[in-house]
Amino acid sequence: MRSQSPIDETTTQETVEEIISAYPKKVAKKRSKHIVVRDPAQPEQEINANVRTTPGIITQRGCSFAGCKGVVVGPFGDVVHIVHGPVGCSYYSWMTRRNQFKTREDGENFIHYCFTTDMNEHDLVFGGMNKLRKAIQEAYDLFHPRAITVHATCPVGLIGDDIQGVAREMAEKLNTNISAFNCEGYKGVSQSAGHHIANNEFFKKWIGQDTETESIEGYTVNILGEYNIGGDAWEIERVLNKCGIQVIATFSGDGSYDEATKAHLAQANLVMCHRSINYMANMMETKYGTPWLKVNFIGIHAFAKSLRKLARFFDDPELTQRIEEVIEEELAIAETQIAEYRQRLEGKTVFLFVGGSRAHHYQDLFADLGMKTIVAGYEFAHRDDYEGRQALPKIKVDADSRNIEELEVKPDPENYQPPKSEEELEKLRQEKVVGEYTGMMPDMGEGTLLVDNISHHELDTLIKRFQPDLIGSGIKDKYIIEKFGIPSKQLHNYDYGGPYAGFWGAVNFAKDVDSRVNSPTWQYVKAPWQQAS
Amino acid sequence: MLEATPTEVQEREALRINPAKTCQPIGAMYAALGLHNCLPHSHGSQGCCSYHRSHLTRHYKEPIMAATSSFTEGTAVFGGGANLRQALTTIFKLYNPDVVAINTTCLSETIGDDLPSLIRAAQDDGIIPEDKLVIHANTPSYVGTHVTGWSNMAKAIVDYLVQKSDTPQQQINLIPGYVEPADTRHLKRFLKEFGVESVVFPDTSDVVDTPQTGDFRMYPKGGTPVEDLKTAGDSLATVALGPMASEAAAKSLQNKCDVPYRALDLPIGVAACDRFVQTLMELTGTQPPESLVDDRGRLVDIMTDMQQYLYGLRVAVSGDPDQVVPLTEFLVSCGARPVYVITGTPSKYFRKRCEEILSNTVPEAIYKDDTDLFYLHQLIKNNPVDLLVTNVYGKYIARAEDIPLVRFGWPILDRVGHSYFPTVGYRGSMHLLCTILNTLLERKDRDDPDEVFELVM
Repeated sequence: MRSQSPIDETTTQETVEEIISAYPKKVAKKRSKHIVVRDPAQPEQEINANVRTTPGIITQRGCSFAGCKGVVVGPFGDVVHIVHGPVGCSYYSWMTRRNQFKTREDGENFIHYCFTTDMNEHDLVFGGMNKLRKAIQEAYDLFHPRAITVHATCPVGLIGDDIQGVAREMAEKLNTNISAFNCEGYKGVSQSAGHHIANNEFFKKWIGQDTETESIEGYTVNILGEYNIGGDAWEIERVLNKCGIQVIATFSGDGSYDEATKAHLAQANLVMCHRSINYMANMMETKYGTPWLKVNFIGIHAFAKSLRKLARFFDDPELTQRIEEVIEEELAIAETQIAEYRQRLEGKTVFLFVGGSRAHHYQDLFADLGMKTIVAGYEFAHRDDYEGRQALPKIKVDADSRNIEELEVKPDPENYQPPKSEEELEKLRQEKVVGEYTGMMPDMGEGTLLVDNISHHELDTLIKRFQPDLIGSGIKDKYIIEKFGIPSKQLHNYDYGGPYAGFWGAVNFAKDVDSRVNSPTWQYVKAPWQQAS
Repeated sequence: MLEATPTEVQEREALRINPAKTCQPIGAMYAALGLHNCLPHSHGSQGCCSYHRSHLTRHYKEPIMAATSSFTEGTAVFGGGANLRQALTTIFKLYNPDVVAINTTCLSETIGDDLPSLIRAAQDDGIIPEDKLVIHANTPSYVGTHVTGWSNMAKAIVDYLVQKSDTPQQQINLIPGYVEPADTRHLKRFLKEFGVESVVFPDTSDVVDTPQTGDFRMYPKGGTPVEDLKTAGDSLATVALGPMASEAAAKSLQNKCDVPYRALDLPIGVAACDRFVQTLMELTGTQPPESLVDDRGRLVDIMTDMQQYLYGLRVAVSGDPDQVVPLTEFLVSCGARPVYVITGTPSKYFRKRCEEILSNTVPEAIYKDDTDLFYLHQLIKNNPVDLLVTNVYGKYIARAEDIPLVRFGWPILDRVGHSYFPTVGYRGSMHLLCTILNTLLERKDRDDPDEVFELVM
């Protein structure tokens, strides 16, 4: 158990009541199901998640388009991503997630470009399909990319532009991979819908497209749900390579199309962000027999634990020994370098409101620094991200989720090649090495608070009540939090910092957190004559 | 960096690459923040509100508060009325603003939500408390740009909130344009120095540049109070700075309350500032104070002292029409040659004024509205420039072509200071000119070999 709340359960309960009582009655009833005081004595605490935000509530959430193009698809840097719609959606998702991409040998790099059909009133009235066709043609003529993606925004869905049809037609004409994502912003209740839509289309149009390569030697994995913010993917790959494990494809950080089309050849999928990409892990398991392992590469002990999980999976004494050597070497260096910062950070408290996995992952890294997470919640997670996958059968599919396509996947007659026998895999399943995610809740200490889809009002109240030493959140909250005199660390975007993953990343993080929390600047928030005597 | 950009310029009909504009609602949200105790509200999908808040936050590095109607697929089918009612109920109970300023999005516009009717019904049903106000602007993203959005919300402020009584006021209305809070603050000080009473709206100073006090305020002390707007219909005249952003509101005020207006270029650079001063002199019969005349003199002093560093320099400029037009004039007045001047916003004003400024002075200049940064980059690849003045997105071109860059306009996501130091008025223009000169001199120091590295000018 990582976190004990420095406040008692009664105070936490009182705070929850204070939060709820400010709401209109119906909203209060709804929100109370999204707030849980952690009680480890109860084996299965429930929390409501992935349901609509009440209109008018100031929320952290974005939309389906943001989840699809902005998060999952956009980071593929050697692909031209066209946004079909008015200019805004493309503009706001243009390099705002700090996706970093290294040009491969072929020199294809479009990561700094922003492509849109910039639909105007005429297109809305008469339909935008011709404009999309032309835009694809123009992109092709200018850049000859190896793949093109097309993303729908709200009005496109409403006027009924058949972007799938245009993509098919143009793919045939240009003999290029063109995939279309119906990720209109109104779909689902948050970014989450867009992740699912992105996964589906990648699964249908990208995975397995490389039919030339039959197999790849050695220990091979894909990393799923890693977006290379501030260079995270490179640090993860450095350590895996050092152990002798090859990364075939990363979805999507520093992602390349050619690598992605080989993903079905990897022996295992390592799932970082469970929320954004567990769909892909499941579908690949069914179709290609690729087992998935939930890992966390954020935090030095979490990384070591994940590496040992991998050692157990591959079950080769030589590899296991190499992994142990790498862990010993990397841990020793990182621990020494972190020690100085830990001295200054030990015992400080943290709130975490990030994404659909980061609020869990970063607790391990804060624990490395001796910091306690006392309130945590996700912005767009589902119940399984909190309660673990055992919650899956209990989740009722509502109308908003039903609108997202569920692919029917079957084993591929030729390429279904599990890396291990069914008996071995069953054993690994029993040991919870593969196919298991227990969620954030079991790792939260007694009396801590879980808040799903936190609203501004809730954040405001919790800050005033608990005065944390640091809040990990996103850009919309950052300066709100800091106006309270409390430092905030962007954990979607890292404030120009990073990497934070892995061993080197943890040291970076320690330094950056120390610079936020222990900066002398906070002492000047009140003028000398305003300070209580 | 941007290696895929070919030098050869090809006509594009459908594909916009690296836009020099964005969509209406964000401009409307920014303008709405310039009302005192106002909560902007985005009527559409959550993503719009989220993106607009994020982008404004990144530019101002300040809390940007706004609510959303959180449309889902059902809403898109059945209309956003129920969502808006629920939103207003929640907003007034929970956040208690004096004004809610609604902007529409492409989604709510496409399904055809009729905002005036929805607001009236909410009023009739007591969802809007009696002492509270709800205003709206139609801001479909598929029409115009963020500049249009700002303009539409400024006009909505006039249409909903400005009144006329029988008591004429010895004051002028000033619509400052889509500018930084520091610019509006400076313009207010400028008028005060001039001895002119005024109503300035929308006014985002003290809203998006608030002090750190350890106490978060949902509604900071700034923003134009509704009480002040109620007198704007009795003013002597309206001065609309930056015609693209401000003229529609000024015209509406003239139609509604018979207040005559003058639309001027934003006062950036000596000539535009002079015209602003002359207009104030004409409208109020007041002479400019010595302090402003001295400021003007100091600006011209820098221009004449430093002219050799700018004379003949090839400059590329991109941004919003209201900013780019006076900047181009300013550069010309300093002896520079703005050879490429572009904007993403379609604008007759831009074309006309660029023609007036450039046709005799820089006949080789290419100026174009409704275009993008990809085109600007291609122009530069064909014939390089010595300096680039753009918003943050120009940094990719600057790096690709190794050109010194001055960030100017909106948005600037990767630097600080733009919201604190004005670029309007004589003093703001001095600040802008010094930034340009120092950027060029920094570059010279960076590039000069050791043997010619100098201590003195």
